[in-house]
Amino acid sequence: MRLPNKTRAIEEAIAGIKDGDTVMVGGFGVPGTPMTLIHALVDHGARDLTLVKNDANEPGMGIDHLLQSGQVARLITTHLGLNSNAIAQMNSGALEVEFNAQGILAERIRAGGAGLGAVLSDIGIDTELAQGKQVVEMDGKSWLVEPALRADAALIHADRADPFGNLAYVATAQNFNPLMAMAATCVIAEVETLLPLGGLEADAIHTPGIFVDHVIELGQLSEEYAVVRR
Amino acid sequence: MSDARERMVARAAREIAPGMVVNLGIGLPTRVVNHLSADFPVCLHTENGLSGIGPTLGYDKADRNLIDAGGAYVSTVPGSACFDSATSFAIVRSGRLDLTMLGAFEVSATGDLANWKIPGKFSPGAGGGIELAQKARRVVVLTTQTDRVGNPKLKEACSLPLTARGCVTRIFTDMAVIDVTPAGFALVETADGVSAAEVAEATDAPLALPDTAIPTF
Repeated sequence: MRLPNKTRAIEEAIAGIKDGDTVMVGGFGVPGTPMTLIHALVDHGARDLTLVKNDANEPGMGIDHLLQSGQVARLITTHLGLNSNAIAQMNSGALEVEFNAQGILAERIRAGGAGLGAVLSDIGIDTELAQGKQVVEMDGKSWLVEPALRADAALIHADRADPFGNLAYVATAQNFNPLMAMAATCVIAEVETLLPLGGLEADAIHTPGIFVDHVIELGQLSEEYAVVRR
Repeated sequence: MSDARERMVARAAREIAPGMVVNLGIGLPTRVVNHLSADFPVCLHTENGLSGIGPTLGYDKADRNLIDAGGAYVSTVPGSACFDSATSFAIVRSGRLDLTMLGAFEVSATGDLANWKIPGKFSPGAGGGIELAQKARRVVVLTTQTDRVGNPKLKEACSLPLTARGCVTRIFTDMAVIDVTPAGFALVETADGVSAAEVAEATDAPLALPDTAIPTF
């Protein structure tokens, strides 16, 4: 037996994303942000997207390209502080923003990937973040119901992969990537190094290839991946 | 940074006991790391997925994949671990953080913290701040005693949207160290050259003074 090969041309992988889709995008700042897939989605042109991403990157970087091209209607996120464009779009009403506590966003995505309906949490229960959320009693304590999140597509950045889509991440480029890689109908991973089957130690794989639909081998990395000199 | 702020940061660093797991919030708290010696036994955590933070690196030595939650390029130390965001906040919410140091817009006399939103002016989202404030075993605040126009940040009650209720136990400012007690704010120490009366004047709530001589820092 031999594991299937999921390597693709980038245009072929992105082609399935439709207007109105929900798209998860990995990354926390630059590390782990799939810069090349984001550019491919700009070129593809799908509109009215709901993005799920920890942050909005910085002006001229990452998902800012999708905000600038007007393809994003809604952003589910935790913090926009480094992107003045995103804040301006939010304040003008051009971009609808839903803020989540960071670890709760992570758990909602993990629940979506794990086939669960929601998680129960007490984070923000006595603050304005609790407004509009369902409350349940369990073991004598009140909990907020945080619904699971799934997406039509997830854009993932990994350090190493094999053709089956087994993925490994490095350093703080891990962040939301392994969670989002489990939580979308179509999971597209760009990878810095593509190894042959067996090239990744089975015990060193972060995301099993079962979750991954398309593997895109990156060539020379663009400047957007480099250290940011602010 | 002014001498008063540098002394405040240095004083806050002494709050870290050997063996602790500590998260230093974005802004002034991050600078506390500069006052910890290389052989001090502590595990620093950053919520984007690293335990065992080493010294901050200049751009020439930076690893493009290794940042802290504030975006600064950091290093690892022998024994560092990297993990995903769910694991990182499992550490936070399950009570594995002995201490977090956070910034503040306002702190109330009951320890309520407001540090993420000024309606109509500043609302970039709280990131991981709510979980840190609500779940770290001990939450202390580093902040100037007053804002840029001189208004006290320590108040009877917060007027801004809260990050978490009743979470703050100690506040380090450029003028004083102040505890939040069941009876309200209590002065613990003053900065060198600052009087207790001056601290009380810059606090918008009753400030209990100790019966004994007040140490300085």
